[in-house]
Amino acid sequence: MKKFYAFVQKEFYHIFRDTRTMMILFALPIALVVIFGYALNNDFKNIPIGILNQSKGQTSEKLIHRIIGSGYFVVEQTLEKPQDIPKAFKSGKVKLVIFFPTNFQQELYHAKKAQVQLIADASDINTAINTTSYVSGIIGDFNTENGRENSAGIQVSTRMIFNQRLLSVYLFIPGVIALILLIISALLTSVTLAREKETGTLELLSISPISPYMIIIGKVIPYLILSLLNSFLIILLGIFVFGLPMVGSVALLILACFVYTVASLSLGILISTRVETQQAAMFASLVSLMMPTMLLSGFIFPIESLPLPLQVISNIIPATHFIILIKSIMIKGAGITLIWKPFSILIAMTAVFILVSIQSLKRNK
Amino acid sequence: METVVKVDQLTKKFGSFIATNAISFEVKKGEIFGFLGANGAGKTTAMRMLSGLLTPTSGEASVAGFDVATQAELVKQNIGYMSQKFSLYEDLTIQENIDFYGGIYGLSRQEIKDRSKGIVSKFQLESVIHKLVKTIPLGWKQKLAFALALIHKPKVVFLDEPTGGVDPITRRQFWDLIYEAANDGVTIFITTHYMDEAEYCDRVSIMVDGLIKALGTPSELKTSFQVDSMDAVFQLLARGTANKI
Repeated sequence: MKKFYAFVQKEFYHIFRDTRTMMILFALPIALVVIFGYALNNDFKNIPIGILNQSKGQTSEKLIHRIIGSGYFVVEQTLEKPQDIPKAFKSGKVKLVIFFPTNFQQELYHAKKAQVQLIADASDINTAINTTSYVSGIIGDFNTENGRENSAGIQVSTRMIFNQRLLSVYLFIPGVIALILLIISALLTSVTLAREKETGTLELLSISPISPYMIIIGKVIPYLILSLLNSFLIILLGIFVFGLPMVGSVALLILACFVYTVASLSLGILISTRVETQQAAMFASLVSLMMPTMLLSGFIFPIESLPLPLQVISNIIPATHFIILIKSIMIKGAGITLIWKPFSILIAMTAVFILVSIQSLKRNK
Repeated sequence: METVVKVDQLTKKFGSFIATNAISFEVKKGEIFGFLGANGAGKTTAMRMLSGLLTPTSGEASVAGFDVATQAELVKQNIGYMSQKFSLYEDLTIQENIDFYGGIYGLSRQEIKDRSKGIVSKFQLESVIHKLVKTIPLGWKQKLAFALALIHKPKVVFLDEPTGGVDPITRRQFWDLIYEAANDGVTIFITTHYMDEAEYCDRVSIMVDGLIKALGTPSELKTSFQVDSMDAVFQLLARGTANKI
């Protein structure tokens, strides 16, 4: 135990004296949260639109007020004639033009039916889909309130549960935690083990009476502690700065972070048993872990919209299951009976990584 | 004199390649044993077996009275090791390095304190004890590394090309430390590529292609090969290899 303590103490010296490691540990998480929270925010608000109103009636005016009143849109430009529409889009000033034709009021009055045209800039596909559906929704509500029925007579009533304001913070906080824990656990652990190989100190450690398992556990314990501290830091930032809810059990949340961290640490060990240099370790971690986690874990792109082969890959990424866990616990308040599956998948993955690492270690003997 | 290292028909095969082929020798307490050979001759494999890192394919070896195959943990507790490649943890201070090595060899706090005091006064390190190792000169690092290899009072210390890259004066000072340790009864097992250092050893073995081709005191070897330096002995044996290939 004394040997082990001396070892862990040495690891902490390495960590606290390396500026790069300290930056990754403390500056990176905060930077990522701020970048995702403020800059890469894809929340829907203040979309610039153009209005082309050739109708002289009250209805179009009321509808326009209604649309602006929703808070999602700002009228950037008021157009005079249909010929101006292409120019408005080309200049990039507006994302959507709402066009009320000259006969709008008359048609509505006589035929009980009139057309309003929504023209969206689909070079930005997500915004185009969102704006048209929001405006259609507002018009639908407007119809209902004024006693006009939709043509089919079926009214759609939508309710966004778990995230009524559709805030992207709900998605990115779990994603950032998944990414940070992976960087700290897998990347830093594999690099620190590779460094001992590179400098030859691993040779010295293996000749000393400290056992190989103690070396590995001693290596990962500091990173485990720092990873957990870091995930709480990010979660607290999410809750108090970005208004993330915390509905579920704190104990389950801690357990989820712990299980995922151990999975990432075992991946880091696995990488370090296969590489000889710090650079190789860093490269292997970035390419084989970070990229898939960023792109395929559901952090940035929804898993459901990926092609099938990528969905399969997505399922073997630990972060995918961890993000499901975090969201279920924090936002939906799910209990263990509902989320035992991602838990067991993560534990099974960890077991596989550790077994493979032990095999690779033994082969060197 | 007590026998500290005893090697009998020690063999290690990697697949069909025989790295060390049935080598046998003995080393006495306090002896400086030079273990020479060209790169790839099997020195490293033999040393790794003697330090409990590799399991022999056949044959037996005991170090400090413990069998290397079955009592590897006890062997490790009783040997020290230093190599040219290793020169302490650069981002730790001298004191922290001392505490760390004392710690992983299971020394008590008091023992570490006493021995660290000994090391500090012996090498006059008072002024730099709290400096990071990367800031001190290479010669000092090597002396310190040697002192740390002895911190747990091992019976045998393995020195793997310990003097690589330092000037002749520092090398000479390093050998003074080796003699001092040997006088205290520590058995020194050293590999080197410097043939003048081979002359300093009590006895020398020269490995060629996994076999021990020569074994004896430097003067015995020079007599039997009828040459006047260890360098010539080594050249003779190494050239023999070259011709065979």
